[in-house]
Amino acid sequence: MSRRVFMKGNEAAAEGAICGGCRFFFGYPITPQNEIPEYMAKHMPEVGGTYVQAESELAAISMVFGAAAAGARAMTSSSSPGISLMQEGLSYLSGAEIPCVVINMVRGGPGLGNIATAQCDYFLATRGSGHGDSRSLVYAPSTVQELHDLTAEAFPIAEKYRTPVMILGEAILGQMMEAVDLRERRDPPEPTSFPWAIGGVRRERPPRIITSLYTRHEDLEAKNREMEARYDQARREEVRWDESGADDPQIAVVAYGVVARVCRTAIERAAARGVRARLFRPISLFPFPEAPLAALAERVEQVLVVEASLGQLVEDVRLSVEGRAPVSLLTRVGGVMITPEEVQDRLEAMSRGSVGGV
Amino acid sequence: MPETATAERRVFGRPQSLTDAPFTYCPGCTHGTIARIAAEAIDEMGLSDRALVIGSVGCSVWTYNFFNLDGIGAPHGRAPAMATGIKRVHPENLIFTIQGDGDLAAIGTAEVIHAAVRGEDITCLFVNNGVFGMTQGQMAPTTLLGQVTTTSPQGRTAEREGFPIPMSEMVALCPGAAYVTRVAVIDPPTVREAKRAIRTAFECQMAGRGFSLVELLSICPTHWGKSPQEAVQRVRDEVLQVYPLGVLRSPPAGTSTDGTAAEE
Amino acid sequence: MPRIVIRTERCKSCGWCVEVCPQHSLTIGSDTNPVGYRYAVFAEGARCIGCARCALMCPDICIEVYRDGARPAEGDEESA
Repeated sequence: MSRRVFMKGNEAAAEGAICGGCRFFFGYPITPQNEIPEYMAKHMPEVGGTYVQAESELAAISMVFGAAAAGARAMTSSSSPGISLMQEGLSYLSGAEIPCVVINMVRGGPGLGNIATAQCDYFLATRGSGHGDSRSLVYAPSTVQELHDLTAEAFPIAEKYRTPVMILGEAILGQMMEAVDLRERRDPPEPTSFPWAIGGVRRERPPRIITSLYTRHEDLEAKNREMEARYDQARREEVRWDESGADDPQIAVVAYGVVARVCRTAIERAAARGVRARLFRPISLFPFPEAPLAALAERVEQVLVVEASLGQLVEDVRLSVEGRAPVSLLTRVGGVMITPEEVQDRLEAMSRGSVGGV
Repeated sequence: MPETATAERRVFGRPQSLTDAPFTYCPGCTHGTIARIAAEAIDEMGLSDRALVIGSVGCSVWTYNFFNLDGIGAPHGRAPAMATGIKRVHPENLIFTIQGDGDLAAIGTAEVIHAAVRGEDITCLFVNNGVFGMTQGQMAPTTLLGQVTTTSPQGRTAEREGFPIPMSEMVALCPGAAYVTRVAVIDPPTVREAKRAIRTAFECQMAGRGFSLVELLSICPTHWGKSPQEAVQRVRDEVLQVYPLGVLRSPPAGTSTDGTAAEE
Repeated sequence: MPRIVIRTERCKSCGWCVEVCPQHSLTIGSDTNPVGYRYAVFAEGARCIGCARCALMCPDICIEVYRDGARPAEGDEESA
């Protein structure tokens, strides 16, 4: 029986994690995601889980690393400046092939920025994940329901690929309240059931080592190729995206997260004035839905990227579109949320041909 | 009394909890000694099926290759945080870190202090040799005043580089720290005492008394530019003046304070 | 009679065992092992009292120490 609750995004994310089997949360306060550690501190005991408040984000991600290496479903959450601090840990997790989930509720930047909503961590999430050829799988929800669901689903995906999975939210998504159909709380697999996990009393099995250090060059290359193969598998199997709007579009609008919802409204309003636009909403940012976006780009005259950053998503869009149509960019930054009117104005101008692609 | 043949028995050899891999440490480096006495303590306590070692960054990066135990490498300084994560999942494990002075007392200062105040049931073995060894001998937080290193080429001064950090003394102030001690591994009596200290720390952990730290004054013959025996003399003449041996925070009642040496 | 066995292939010529042997029975020899170190040797005719100080100090676990079984340690089976 589902539970339908009117809930804040951050809390829905935390509950989603618990439903998905998370039993170890290690966190640190930072606005605008504080409700996640607070929810975990309150509710983890209900499922026999553990909440630890770390001394820093540097420590939190290493605590996640330890617990996850021991086979537990472990996670942390933070916001942009804290996620910067976690880059080291994410790289180690990738290199050591240990699964975990990290939530980033993005705020204005760079530096301390502000606590308002932004999408300026796209590179950090999809290109960052620490030094080296380290990639996290990245999912971007646009509703509180999707945030709840993606967080729950992130844990088995992380285990399948033995890599961190990042849920990339925006500050506004964590703070807004919407109706959520909550999932059932499911227990995680037994930590000792994973063939790579350390810890527990060793009865029959030999000792195991978990490391990201491979001093012999050929060994590190081989390890990287294994990771590459898993990323390629993710590109085949874990791509998610959403489309809506005109079936015979002139313009493709590419946006993710809450900004995509603004675009959907703008597209509907512009349609009433004769503009045929189709929204392409990536949900998986890595792996990026290149093939479906390329297919859409074949059918349109122009592509408009709308994002709350100076231009990060647009680079992946250009790579996917690969010259099939001109790509232009519309942004608001610094925590300012773009309005449907601004997007609609741009769509109408593009439709009139008065704004070309760059 | 029946006649019995007095068959020979081995009284000293490789502990079960160490692999037979040759150590990759420098000649005379006490990392090998420390690994051995930790493994002996684990064997004697019958915990080889549940001890787990956390290596760190520095010469300690090789640690897990030498133990016949589950092992993992932590990022630089983060071993106590990683230990926290593992211990919360598997409280039945004996979890210990092996960290150098750069790892524990520079980049890892916050992690060890906070593991202590949280009273985490883990043990940190702090290999203090006053330099960053692996990276070729830079000044470390525990480098002494006057000591010449590759990044204090004129000799460390308080005005220019600051003071050596009293790391174990700081940890000993922390409620939640059950046992904090400083030992050395420079001659047979100190090596025996060091093993007793490690055993006490492990017993603290298994009894759930809280955090334990054993600082082991060590040598780095390579980067001190001395033979192992000359290096030991430097520890006696100089290091012990700044970092004296002794228990800094006592274990609570109920933990033994002298582990047995089986070969005695 | 107490005796030691030195696994010379692990020896790194650090000199600890030589330094601590109370009988001065150990010395750095002139032969090298496959890694290139001149390994420690037990002098011919020298005495071993089975104190294990050499093994205690050896950082590379090169040395095994054997004693007779006249006084079994606690937990050891009595030899038959």
